[in-house]
Amino acid sequence: MRLTELANPTKFLALTARVLPWLIAATAVVLLIGLYQSLTAPDDYQQGATVKIMFIHVPNAWLSMFVWMVMSAAALGTLVWRHPLADVAAKAAAPIGAAFTFCALVTGSLWGRPMWGTYWEWDARLTSVLILFLMYLGLIALWRAVEDPSRAARAAAVLTLVGAINLPIIKFSVDWWNTLHQPASVMRLGGPTLDRAFLIPLLVMALAFTLLFLTLHLAAMRNEVLRRRVRALQMMQAGQKAA
Amino acid sequence: MTALAALIRRDLRIALRVGGGALIGVLFFLSMIVLMPFALGPDLPLLARLGPAILWLGALLASLLTLDRLFMADHEDGSLDLIAMGRAPLELSCAAKALAHWLAAGVPLVIATPVLGFLLNLDLAATAAVALTLLVGTPALTFTGMIGAALAVTLHRGGLLLAVLVLPLSIPILIFGVAASEAAITGPLPFGAPFAILCAVSLISLVIGPFAAAASLRQGLD
Repeated sequence: MRLTELANPTKFLALTARVLPWLIAATAVVLLIGLYQSLTAPDDYQQGATVKIMFIHVPNAWLSMFVWMVMSAAALGTLVWRHPLADVAAKAAAPIGAAFTFCALVTGSLWGRPMWGTYWEWDARLTSVLILFLMYLGLIALWRAVEDPSRAARAAAVLTLVGAINLPIIKFSVDWWNTLHQPASVMRLGGPTLDRAFLIPLLVMALAFTLLFLTLHLAAMRNEVLRRRVRALQMMQAGQKAA
Repeated sequence: MTALAALIRRDLRIALRVGGGALIGVLFFLSMIVLMPFALGPDLPLLARLGPAILWLGALLASLLTLDRLFMADHEDGSLDLIAMGRAPLELSCAAKALAHWLAAGVPLVIATPVLGFLLNLDLAATAAVALTLLVGTPALTFTGMIGAALAVTLHRGGLLLAVLVLPLSIPILIFGVAASEAAITGPLPFGAPFAILCAVSLISLVIGPFAAAASLRQGLD
């Protein structure tokens, strides 16, 4: 089914109604496997058992940036191709991305206390992720500030694309500045430096979180399509009463 | 070309004549600087150490406050629609308006900086450094703020949302502006590096700001 056929909301609802139960099952299975692997992973020689926070913190952080990239793609769909479901996708993804960013900040802070001795530090990576969180909240505020969803969509699309400049800053901040947050160990030019015993559970958890995002996103998109139908019906009803 | 020059002249005249638009920003800047010693205590060495940061924060907030008048007044009386329908590309018209806004609201802030630096016990070299970084940084603040102003122009109660949208984008300007001022004052780190990055950020915003603002205005006006 091509993207242009999926632009029809009814077809989209039909397709996701069929796909969503399988996605939920897949997410649950991979999450359970990932959690089992994370809990049975060996202790780090230096950090002990607290290294296992990494299996929750890092996927959340990856997802927080991935969701902004998904929203940027949706923003391009709105501005360039006027795809009808692109703005539904963008609006549905924003709160989910904000939640992932918040979880990344909180789990990172809890990990920082035993590791670095502080809950918070104004270094480049933490500050830029905090700014990403503020931008998510600003985006959600902009969505809510305009009555008509399709006009809000275009404004939010511009803001999403402007904010996408923060993503490379976050990714490379640990290389550009002397920071407390450790440099990249997985996505780097020389390949991952993480040991297999930690790398495998981390990648499985990353897959689980990505499936979780996909499930939540499709479910939220369905809700948004239904919400707009309700709004259209309410407006028709108000129009009939006035006439 | 003459259309854009006329737009700049018109905006400058309105800002300098009507409603005190140009000087309100400077008054706010002054009030903020005067508030600082009340909050921090009259400790002169402390004020001198914090001076560049206080001046930069004051300039940032003063620009933020005057930013919503960039498009709002024109939107309300319909001239924004005329400008959008004119022959000059909307991007250039936005750039022209932002330039006029910077000349009317940003340059007075830079001119006021030496006086306010004196209030904060900054010496001449320090004040000159801060004024130079503000001269280069206030165009960046205006042009990045223009993006938020264009997004918020169609909202009725847009004022606070504008601040929320613009502040994360202004953070790099603030960081490098204060870093350049501090480097010029306290010395061991070179002044050139953060100053060059500040100039670069300004130049980037001169390009990206008008395009993003024009895109937002187009969707907001139809």
